[in-house]
Amino acid sequence: MDSVHLPALQVVVPLLTAPIVAVLRDARLSWLAAVVTSVMTFVVSVYIVQHVLAGAVLSYQMGGWAAPYGIELRVDSLNALMLLVVSGASTLALLAGRQSLTLQIGEERLPLFMAAWLLALAGLVGILVSGDAFNIFVFMEISSLASYILISGGPDRRALPSVFKYLIAGTLGATFYLIGVGMVYMMTGTLNIADMEARLAGVGDTNVVFVAAGFITIGLALKAAIYPMHAWMPNAYTFAPNIVTAFIAACSTKVALYVLLRMDFFVFQKNLVDHESQFTYLLMPLALLGIVFGSVAAVFERNIKRILAFSSVAQIGYILLGASLISVSGFTAAVLHLFNHALAKSALFLAVAAMGLYFARLRLQVLRGAGRKMPWTFAAFVVAGLSLIGVPGTAGFVSKWALISAALESNLVVPLLVLILGSSLLAIVYIGRIVEHLWFGDATDKAVQIGEAPSWMLAMVWLAVAANIWFGLDSSLPMALAQQSAIDLLRQLP
Amino acid sequence: MIEIIGIFLLCLTVITAIGVVRTTSLFAAVMLMGIFSLLMAAAFILLDAADVALTEAAVGAGISTVLMLSALALTGDRREKPSNRPRVLSLIVVVITAGTIFYATFDKPALGDPKAPIHQHVTPEYFAMTRQLIDIPNVVTAVLASFRGYDTFGEVLVVFTAGIGVLFLLGTGPTTRRRRQLSSARGLKHHQPLRIGGKVVIPFIILFAFYVQFHGEYSPGGGFQAGAIFAAAVILYGLLEGERRGLAVLPPQFLLYMSAGGALLFGGVGVACMLLGGNFLDYNVLANDSVTAQQLGILIIELGVGVTVAGVLLAIYHAFAARGVQ
Repeated sequence: MDSVHLPALQVVVPLLTAPIVAVLRDARLSWLAAVVTSVMTFVVSVYIVQHVLAGAVLSYQMGGWAAPYGIELRVDSLNALMLLVVSGASTLALLAGRQSLTLQIGEERLPLFMAAWLLALAGLVGILVSGDAFNIFVFMEISSLASYILISGGPDRRALPSVFKYLIAGTLGATFYLIGVGMVYMMTGTLNIADMEARLAGVGDTNVVFVAAGFITIGLALKAAIYPMHAWMPNAYTFAPNIVTAFIAACSTKVALYVLLRMDFFVFQKNLVDHESQFTYLLMPLALLGIVFGSVAAVFERNIKRILAFSSVAQIGYILLGASLISVSGFTAAVLHLFNHALAKSALFLAVAAMGLYFARLRLQVLRGAGRKMPWTFAAFVVAGLSLIGVPGTAGFVSKWALISAALESNLVVPLLVLILGSSLLAIVYIGRIVEHLWFGDATDKAVQIGEAPSWMLAMVWLAVAANIWFGLDSSLPMALAQQSAIDLLRQLP
Repeated sequence: MIEIIGIFLLCLTVITAIGVVRTTSLFAAVMLMGIFSLLMAAAFILLDAADVALTEAAVGAGISTVLMLSALALTGDRREKPSNRPRVLSLIVVVITAGTIFYATFDKPALGDPKAPIHQHVTPEYFAMTRQLIDIPNVVTAVLASFRGYDTFGEVLVVFTAGIGVLFLLGTGPTTRRRRQLSSARGLKHHQPLRIGGKVVIPFIILFAFYVQFHGEYSPGGGFQAGAIFAAAVILYGLLEGERRGLAVLPPQFLLYMSAGGALLFGGVGVACMLLGGNFLDYNVLANDSVTAQQLGILIIELGVGVTVAGVLLAIYHAFAARGVQ
């Protein structure tokens, strides 16, 4: 099959393998099938990115029906980069995760769990490639339901109440999105995103469209865990199986952020007068509050996964801050940070998952001295941590630098700089606290007995770390896609 | 006249909804939810949305009430736990949200206005294209199964995901369940009139399910509704004859195969279309004559939908029931 089918294959491969994996009896086989499927999905993403880098916008007519009658898949630079993030994070986590999954999920339940994993992956990539507002909702349902299953698999019973909280928040968010889409449909008679934008032209000043934009923004902000709508997130990340956290934390909130940008800029921006002011007066303050709150909360947490989860609240703030600056450099920084933060968090959580092979609870007190016993895992954690902080030579530096440059161009130079640098200092503090306990703490009884993580898992952790360094030294690939996305987004402004 | 009936129905739904919120008896809440769905189904009929009404009645009022009741039977908790949390904040949020939606409706197109955008843009084309290219009377089926078949494929996978979730969470994987001794859940065996009356109805329900399944191209219905109705018949049998005999009809492993098989059948049609040179789910390439090909494609994928929906609903029901007799 030729490259025409790439956008469809991106979704269909994991979506159709999931039912097959679900009926498998053998745990190891189901893991292997999931790995192979995820690798195939990643390869398709790479091909798509190649086409997009060559300047193409891929469009695919599902069922052979032209839009707006049928459903269109549409991939440009913005979603191409996200495809790489999602399928890459899934593949790395699965490759690294066999021991961890067997330990935390159990052999017997693994086939169903792997099927849910593939459904989550298919749901996320399905949202990304879709050019149809209702179709996005359908795949949102698949990815959300499957994510709830993945998180509920955690060995700690507290996973269940936290996943229930996530379910309520996620359902509310999706419902708000659906209400908004329904209202737009009422005024346009179409569900195709490009067609919506064109047909909203005459009715942009009605209450319905105005309210629809609000519902869609709020619903997606809830799903993206934008402060103060992040309450579901820290517990969900903490009590999820360790390998699941490495996958979900890297991409699921970012996909919601992507949909937020897609809908706000490619449906409403041209049709609602002064629509971009919602970024200046609503989302930017929330982004700044999120950066401060997330960083401070991370400093005071005691569980390593919770620290990283609250750090994610702050990182989502960075991405949103970049986008709220409404400039080419701001958008570039936001999209770059989407990519780079996924790299850093995925490496960090994989290192944590390696430690999780020996420790059921990942509290700093318990982990004291563990770093000395597993020096390679610890070193990987430190390097990924440096990327999260934004030290030169790592991927995190590239996007933080881009964010600072964007802030310098804005009219809020001093407060933004103080905030970005201040929160980076806080990142040094919370990563530093982990390092202090892991390396310099007196070894606990448990930590004395452990050894290094299995070599295959270690290799995968280091692969994630290597990506952080690679894209820190040569950021041309994400930079090219981010800049093109920024140009596309800014073209929507008057 | 329609307006009066409509207002009457909507008032009843509001009253029912308030009842659901106010009551502390979980059993009453579940029953009220069933009534709510039935009222909504009637309202959909009023709007000439027969397919939606059938779905709402079969799934909302029928199957989900049964599932909620079996979940309730597991918890053994018949009363809502009183909560100490202040509800004022929730009330404010709900009032603001409702007010916003209300505000939005001020300049929406009037109900039934033929000039409304939804009747002007794609809808007339759907009618024309269905007549010309697919040649089936029910345009809703054409939209769901062909024009937007990819959405329907997604929805089938949503149902499948939900099934996997329940099986995973309740830990009654098929392998363990087979080994487990099912204690003698007796069902309603000692209620002879119910048992006999129920068993007389079951064949007709199943027949109706098949009618809804295969007649969906001509009248309201299709795989989703048929699957739910079929599942209802089997669940009724389980209720009357006890869980053990209910399971003997369709064993759990078979239900898992059904759930996965229906989704695979649907997706398989899509892949076959790709292999034959079309796009995913482009049924035109399935046969020489494109109209026949469209009808063939719709028939097969609707079967896939029905099989998965029935399989998942029964698997969920059995997962609850099997846990109950542990």
